[in-house]
Amino acid sequence: MSQPLLSVENVSVEFRTEGVRRPAVREVSYSLTAGEVLAVVGESGSGKTVTAMSLLGLLPGNATVSGRAVLDGTDLLSLSSQQLRGVRGNDVGMVFQEPMSALNPVFSIGDQLVEAVQAHRPRAAAQARRRAIELLGLVRLPEPERLLRSYPHELSGGQLQRVVIAMAVANEPALLIADEPTTALDVTVQAEILELLRDLRSRLNAAILLITHDMGVVADIADRVVVMHDGRVVEHGDVLSIFAAPREEYTKQLLGSVISLSAPLVGESLAAQEIEDEVVTRGDQVAVTAHPATRSVPDSAGAEPTLRLTDLSVTYRGRFRSHSVRAVDGVSLHIEPGEVLGLVGESGSGKSTIASAITGLVPTSGGGLTVQGVDLTTLRGRKRRSALGRIGVVFQDPASSLNPRATIAGSVAEPFRLHSTLRGAELDRRVDELLEAVQLSASLRDRYPHELSGGQRQRVGMARALALDPALLIADEPTSALDVSVQARVLDLFRTLQTELRFACLFISHDLAVIEQLADRVAVMHRGHVVEQGLTAEVLARPLHPYTRRLLFAAPVADPVEQRRRRA
Amino acid sequence: MSPARSVPSAILRMLRTDRWALGGVVAIVLLGVVAAAANLLTAIEGQDPFTYHNEALDHATGRPAGTLGGVSGAHWFGVEPLTGRDVFAIVAFGARTSFLIGLAATLVSVVLGVLLGASAGYLGGWYDRAVVWTADVFLGFPYLVFMIALGAVVPASVPRPLLLVVVIGFFGWPSIARIVRSQTLTLKKRNFVSAARALGAGPWHVFRVELLPNLWAPIIIVATLSIPGKIGLEAALSFLGVGMPPPTPSWGRSISGAIDWVRTDPMLLIFPGLALFLATWGFNVFGDGLRDALDPRTEVRR
Repeated sequence: MSQPLLSVENVSVEFRTEGVRRPAVREVSYSLTAGEVLAVVGESGSGKTVTAMSLLGLLPGNATVSGRAVLDGTDLLSLSSQQLRGVRGNDVGMVFQEPMSALNPVFSIGDQLVEAVQAHRPRAAAQARRRAIELLGLVRLPEPERLLRSYPHELSGGQLQRVVIAMAVANEPALLIADEPTTALDVTVQAEILELLRDLRSRLNAAILLITHDMGVVADIADRVVVMHDGRVVEHGDVLSIFAAPREEYTKQLLGSVISLSAPLVGESLAAQEIEDEVVTRGDQVAVTAHPATRSVPDSAGAEPTLRLTDLSVTYRGRFRSHSVRAVDGVSLHIEPGEVLGLVGESGSGKSTIASAITGLVPTSGGGLTVQGVDLTTLRGRKRRSALGRIGVVFQDPASSLNPRATIAGSVAEPFRLHSTLRGAELDRRVDELLEAVQLSASLRDRYPHELSGGQRQRVGMARALALDPALLIADEPTSALDVSVQARVLDLFRTLQTELRFACLFISHDLAVIEQLADRVAVMHRGHVVEQGLTAEVLARPLHPYTRRLLFAAPVADPVEQRRRRA
Repeated sequence: MSPARSVPSAILRMLRTDRWALGGVVAIVLLGVVAAAANLLTAIEGQDPFTYHNEALDHATGRPAGTLGGVSGAHWFGVEPLTGRDVFAIVAFGARTSFLIGLAATLVSVVLGVLLGASAGYLGGWYDRAVVWTADVFLGFPYLVFMIALGAVVPASVPRPLLLVVVIGFFGWPSIARIVRSQTLTLKKRNFVSAARALGAGPWHVFRVELLPNLWAPIIIVATLSIPGKIGLEAALSFLGVGMPPPTPSWGRSISGAIDWVRTDPMLLIFPGLALFLATWGFNVFGDGLRDALDPRTEVRR
C-alpha cells in the first residue's frame, strides 16, 4: 500500500460543558491515500463530523483534542492557529452540508470565488477572475461569465453546491473534506453532485473524506468505509466487503435498517394507450406525456372517498402582487377510506403545499377540496375548525412540531381540549392509551420534548395526530429528519397503526423506497403538476413519465455492486 | 442550555452564578422592603415626611443644624433646609412612589405590548402593518414634551399617580410590542403552531396555549429592563414639576429641590440621588442577568 496522504492516529475529542467533561470521540484512527474516497458513516452523535472538524481546528473553544493527524508529513493537531489558516482552503478544502448558508448572500458568486482564489496565493485581479471562470468550468457550470455576476439567491441548491465545491478546490487541495454534501439536495441533484465529486477526484487526484449517514451515497462513491458509533470506529474496510460481509453487529444493524428500492423491472411491457390529449394510461396507471408537464393527470374517485381534490390550485402571491407562483396547478387526487396514497416529488414540486392546503394553513386559489364529503374551501370559523378535527397531521421535524414548553401529555391531550369535553382522569387515561399505542412508556407523560430522542418525539407527534381517531392522516416527510435505524422503527410502527386503525393516509415523501414500503397508490409531482399516478408496484416497476424514470434512476441503492452496474 | 428551562429555575441558577445580578436583586429587595415598610421604618425613627422641624434648623441660615445635613439619631438622613422635614422619611416614602409607578406603568406597557405585538405577529396583513407603523410613530414621539403639556391640561380632579401610570405605561408599549412581535413571527413558523392550527385551534387558543408560554422569557426580560427607565421617567417628570404633586414624597422632586442647596448642603442631593441610582442600577443588572440566564446566545458574565 502506498504512503497515506492523511493518517489520523488515536484522535480523541472531549467537550467540557459546565465543568463536566463529555468525550465525543474516543481514539479514532483512519487513513486515506491520494485519489481515494473514504466514507465515514454513522448516525447523529457518532462523532463523525467532530473528528473531521478537529483536523482543521474548527471545533468550539470548549473542546480538547488529543492524538495525531498527519497530513503529508505535518501533524495538523500540533499547528498554531496561524499555521492552520495556511492549511485550510489550501491543502485541505471543505464542502458543507447547506450550500445556501455556506455562501454569503450579499456578495456575488464572482467576489466570493475570487476571494477563495486569492486567499492563499495573491495574484492580479484579472488573473484571479480567469481562474474563477476556469473553476466554474471545472465544476461543469454553464455560462461562467454571467454566473460570476449573480448572487447566491439566484442559483438553485445544486448550482450553489457546485460553487461551494469550486471554492473548495480553488487551490487544488490534496484533501477534500465533504460533510454531508448532498443531504440537503434532491435525489436527482444528489446524483449529479456525486458524479462531479467522482470526476474531480480522478482529474485532480485529490483524496476525499466524505462524511455521511446515507448508505446509498456510500455505496455509490466510496472506496473504503469507516463505520463510527458512539465516538468509536466500529469497523473499517473496503466498500465491497463492508456491504457484502459486515463483521460487526452494529454495521449489520445499520445496513439492515436501510430501506432500499427494489430494482425497476426491465424488459417490454404493455404499451400505454392515449386516452385524452397528452394523457396515457396502462391498466390503473395514468401519466401525462409532456415533460415538463403542462397539466395534471385526471383522477376518478370511488363513491365515497375520504379525501378528494378536484382541480385544486394554490398560488403564492408576491409581495406587491408583482409575481405570483402557482405552487399547485390543477391537481386532482383522491384517497379511499383505509388507503395510503404516497405523494412523491422533489423540493418545490408542491407536495407539502397540498398538505398545507388540506389542513387550511394556506388558502386555496381554485378547485375543490372535500374531506368525507364536506367541502373545506367554503367552510369558515367554528364549523371549519371542527371539520379539521377529522384530520391528523404528522410533521417532518419532530423537534419543532412539539411545543417546547408543554409536557408530552399536554401535547397529546391538546386535540381533546379543542374538540371534546373529555377532561380530568378520563383524559389522562386516554392520553396513556395513546402513548401506549405508539409504544411509548406512560412514564414519559410529564417530560418535556427536549428530554426525548428524535424517534420518541416523532412517536408523540403520531399519538397527537391519532388522538381523535381521524378519518384522514397527513404525514409530511415524517421520517426524513431521523436516523436510519430510528426511521425503520417509526415506519414499522406507522404500518402497524395503519393496519389496525384503517385510517386513510396521505404520505408525503421524497424517498421512493419509503413510499414503496407503505403506499398502496402513488402520485408523482413535478413543478405543481401530478405527472403520474397509479398502483405503487406498477408505477415503480414500469414508470410511464420521464420524470418518474429519472427519480427512480437517481435514487441511490445501498449496494456498491448494483451502483457500479448502473453507472457502467 | 435547554430551550425549556423554566423561568424560576433560570433565576435561581443566575443568582448562584452571576454576582452582579445577585447585587442587583439585593438592591431591589432592599429598596422594596423600605418602600413596603416605609410606615414601620419611619415609626421606628419617630418621624414622618410631612412635619416641619424648626428645632432641627440653624435659625440664622435656615440650613440644617449639625454636620452632614443634620444627620443624627433623631433624623437618620438629616433634614430639609428651611422646613426641617425628615429626609429619611421622604426617601422611604419616595421609594414607595417610585416602585408603585414604575411597576404599575410597566404592567400597563407589558399588557398592551404583548397583546398588540403578539396579535400583529400572528395575524399579519394590514393589521400588522398598522400596529408596526403606530409603534414607530410612538417610538419617535417627543413624549416628554407631550407629558409636560398633558400635566398642564388635565384637570386636577384626575389623580396624578393614575395619570402618571397610564401615560408612562402607554408610551412604553411600542418597544415591548416590537420584541413580542418578532418572537411571534419566528414562533409562527415553528411546526407546533402549525400543528395546533391544523387541529382546528382558533387564534385565542394558539395565543394562550402555544405562543404565550414561549414568550414569557423575552417578556420578563424586556419588562425588567424597562422598569428603571420608567422609574427614571417619573423622577424626571417630578423633577420638572409635572409629576407627583407635593406634598407626596418623590425622589425626583427631592432632587429638584436639592439642586438649589447643593453647595451648602450636598447631603440633601446625595440621599435621594443614591436611592434613585440604586433602584435603576438594580433593575438594570438584574434584567441583564436574566437575559443571560434565559437567552443562551449571550455570554454569561462572571
